[in-house]
Amino acid sequence: MLETRNIDFYYGSFHALKNIAMEMEDHTVTAFIGPSGCGKSTFLRLFNRMNDLIPNTRLTGECLIDGEDIYHKSVDVTNLRKRVGMVFQKPNPFPKSIFENVAYGLRVAGISDSRFVAARVEESLKGAALWDEVKDKLKKSAFELSGGQQQRLCIARALAISPSVILMDEPASALDPISTSKIEDLIHILKKDYTIVIVTHNMQQAARVSDKTGFFMLGELVEYNDTKKIFLSPEKEETQNYITGRFG
Amino acid sequence: MNSNLLKQNIAFGIFRALSLMVAGVLLWILGFIIYQGIGVISWEFLTTAPSGGMTSGGILPAIVGTLYLIAGSSIVAFPLGILSAIYTSEYAGNGHIVKFIRIMTNNLAGIPSIVFGLFGMSLFVNTLGFGDSILAGSLTLGMLALPLVIRTTEEALKAIPDTFRTGSLALGASKLQTIHRIILPMAFPNIITGLILSIGRISGETAPILFTVAAYFLPQLPHSIYDQVMALPYHLYVIAVSGTDLEATRPMAYGTALVLIVIVLVINVSASALRKKLQKYHA
Ligand SMILES: Nc1ncnc2c1ncn2[C@@H]1O[C@H](COP(=O)(O)OP(=O)(O)OP(=O)(O)O)[C@@H](O)[C@H]1O
Ligand SMILES: [Mg+2]
Repeated sequence: MLETRNIDFYYGSFHALKNIAMEMEDHTVTAFIGPSGCGKSTFLRLFNRMNDLIPNTRLTGECLIDGEDIYHKSVDVTNLRKRVGMVFQKPNPFPKSIFENVAYGLRVAGISDSRFVAARVEESLKGAALWDEVKDKLKKSAFELSGGQQQRLCIARALAISPSVILMDEPASALDPISTSKIEDLIHILKKDYTIVIVTHNMQQAARVSDKTGFFMLGELVEYNDTKKIFLSPEKEETQNYITGRFG
Repeated sequence: MNSNLLKQNIAFGIFRALSLMVAGVLLWILGFIIYQGIGVISWEFLTTAPSGGMTSGGILPAIVGTLYLIAGSSIVAFPLGILSAIYTSEYAGNGHIVKFIRIMTNNLAGIPSIVFGLFGMSLFVNTLGFGDSILAGSLTLGMLALPLVIRTTEEALKAIPDTFRTGSLALGASKLQTIHRIILPMAFPNIITGLILSIGRISGETAPILFTVAAYFLPQLPHSIYDQVMALPYHLYVIAVSGTDLEATRPMAYGTALVLIVIVLVINVSASALRKKLQKYHA
């Protein structure tokens, strides 16, 4: 379970997240929606501590995964990131072979048993619904894949290290409609085994893939509820305006 | 044709003429050296020591000396330069220390090479007691090459988009693993370009080796890094301006220049081949 309590986040003096409290159950898909610049990505990056890489930032409040404060001194960030995978907006495969892209997380974790790695790579590619398309060219450069295939490769790459949570920051925004629907189908399947948090600008997509939806505006979590509720009868007027396209 | 298009065509026409001129000048220099020098190139010229008060014989000791100095200064400058560039551009952020290091390297790059020679003589030859030696010369040349290596390596690292770093870190890789497994292999082709440039620079320098290693005339080949050597640029200078019979040795000077150019060219070409090989997976 992901949980935040009184989260405030600052870029320098800019107050990017304001007092956010939220809970996300295991094996659910949670969508974050909201106008550009409202803090969705910033909030998402809290859970794998990618914000740590940005200089001059400050965080207060608590961010827990399965009850453990992931910002506690004793937490090894690289271990945390093995438990919390991330898929980025633009596919970013490494300049390596398809196989090595998926094996990367295992290799840096020090796993060298080649039979295990090969099995895990196959399993992950199957999990990302890419296996059939690439099984005959695992040694080819990942750059030879289409954008949609590259994005599924990045998902496979994240699956290979067996995370329990997968964060997706607009994973389909750079893709064509067919690739997008493949990713959405995939999210449905992955939900069985993973807790998924997805940022999206596409209202239909949020409605299609998620169980719960959080609407952000100006660094605040305006409304957070079952996706059905958010899209059919939101409580706040801002939410209503946003999802009907009258705003943002 | 509208007037904008006409202007553009004229402008580009001029640019093209100018860049062709630059290429032409280079070709001219190269052609001139080859034309003047090719006559003296022979097996004997390449494989024997100078003789007859350096009016006859070959340039073998100078070739060997220059190769040693290229290797020696590369050993000094490459690891040091690449490592410090990795530190400043991947680890150190943008604090005062990095700014200080950057200012110092930029200033180092602006120091005339004769000053390096003087400093190398004082530090390596005298204070540290290495004497006139390959060691002292390599250290001095290495220092000279260092800013260039650092700068080009930094640029090569900066050219790698951050998405590769975040992608790797997000998979639980450490910063060091990310640099070692992703960033360096990607940056390597451009780093190599920097190394080639610095080898070009090193191999042609006379001033830094003048007081630290270069021998005026030393027919035997070196046995250790504490020996002096002859070197192509200095030998070229010697037979061009201070030989016993300048007119007679002029073709030998061109021959020496030609050999120097060919050495740099061969290193260039092999490094480019390596670069191509390393670029295998790049789009
Ligand atoms: N590295 C940074 N340094 C300073 N300010 C930043 C940084 N990243 C984001 N911000 C600011 O924080 C706010 C939230 O940014 P964030 O990227 O989280 O928004 P977002 O909701 O993901 O927007 P989008 O939908 O456009 O991706 C924005 O106002 C942005 O300008
Ligand atoms: Mg965003």
